[in-house]
Amino acid sequence: MKLTLRVWRQQNADAPGAMSTYEVDGISKDMSFLEMLDTLNEELIVKGDDPVAFDHDCREGICGACSLVINGDAHGPERTTTCQLHMRSFKDGDTIDIEPWRAAAFPVVKDLVVDRTAFDRIIQSGGYISAPTGSAPDAHATPVPKPDADFAFEHAECIGCGACVAACPNGSAMLFTSAKVNHLNVLPQGAPERESRVLDMVGQMDHEGFGGCTLTGECATACPKGIPLFSITHMNKEWLRANRKDKRTAS
Amino acid sequence: MWDSTVGKKAVMATSGLVMIAYLVVHMAANAKIFLGAAGFDAYAHWLRVMGEPVLHREWGLWIARVVLLASVVAHGVSAYQLSRRDIKARPTGYVHKKPRATYATRTMRWGGVILGLFIVWHILDLTTGTVHSGFEEGKPYSNVVDTFSTWYGNVIYITAMLAMGLHVRHGLWSAAQTLGVGSRVRDRSLKAVANGLALVLTVGFISVPVGVMTGVVS
Repeated sequence: MKLTLRVWRQQNADAPGAMSTYEVDGISKDMSFLEMLDTLNEELIVKGDDPVAFDHDCREGICGACSLVINGDAHGPERTTTCQLHMRSFKDGDTIDIEPWRAAAFPVVKDLVVDRTAFDRIIQSGGYISAPTGSAPDAHATPVPKPDADFAFEHAECIGCGACVAACPNGSAMLFTSAKVNHLNVLPQGAPERESRVLDMVGQMDHEGFGGCTLTGECATACPKGIPLFSITHMNKEWLRANRKDKRTAS
Repeated sequence: MWDSTVGKKAVMATSGLVMIAYLVVHMAANAKIFLGAAGFDAYAHWLRVMGEPVLHREWGLWIARVVLLASVVAHGVSAYQLSRRDIKARPTGYVHKKPRATYATRTMRWGGVILGLFIVWHILDLTTGTVHSGFEEGKPYSNVVDTFSTWYGNVIYITAMLAMGLHVRHGLWSAAQTLGVGSRVRDRSLKAVANGLALVLTVGFISVPVGVMTGVVS
């Protein structure tokens, strides 16, 4: 396959960026999207040019490191992560636009790499449970009803890639935050911090400068892990409940 | 409540639901126009004396007006503040743009602005008569017929009611999500209620100018 790539190039956080056009040839349909970018970078390095910086780690679709908005879609046309997107989703001669996640809370570090530590700070503000240290508790010591376990697992699937923020027209982190809140709030292990968790995590989310939710549903459509839009509904319910109880921890 | 985006949305949802409840009553009452001038004018008169003798004359009307004004202001202020925030959260847009979300979802902001302006015109036209030459105090039936006998009266009203329908379509369903009552199981019925009510309200309100235009109401 021969492709034309239009890639966002930006030297650093403060430099202005622009789309640069590159031609790549000899792309196999079986390559992943990241392998296609590797091919481009090998050519750029040989030519003495600066390779395109992009985030990647496991390349198995489970770590949440890869990003990229491909032709306007977070993680590209397939409902998966960019590393699991294959070039068979494109045609020979296609022009592909590659841009970084766009959000005020995700500043560009270089080219296609953005700083997602805002997500880490949201997790730090409440995405944990209080657990005794020492020996592991007996596996059946705390019974969890099957529907609750399923609900928790569904939300625990979130890999924190940020595609929800990238896809949302408001740059909102509601789907990410709700996945993390719901995952722990439904379980008995998460019960001690149930109220403070949702209040503090939503508070931190707002503090980071993410937008609000207008229920466009773009986040759930883009999510490679299929976190449902109703995750946000459920978090709203938790937030309103916690706000009534007003048990905010002094932090 | 007010310092959180989730809290502000809850304020928007609640005030929106108050206004939707009002719209249902308003639309149903408008339909009385098809029963003739006497009934319609008598109903308009009753609005001034409703609640008597517990309430004074026009107190009931003013309570409704205050509640509605508070709802409009709360809805508008939170929408404005949240929108400002949303726009700031995406300072650099994408080069590759795609049409996204439904038409109703994408037009919420401008639709809301249109509705806000419409409400001002609607009050100046049919309550105070400020922008209505030939307005007669205490004769709502003939005032309505008069308004819908002008092309601009019809254009403004019908445009605003279409905007209202789209706004209610996304707004009612969204309010349910914001207040945490939506779920996967309830979604089909919630969407049906939102779409159905939006349609009934739009058709119900537009039936009045159409009635005047076709001569059913004169």
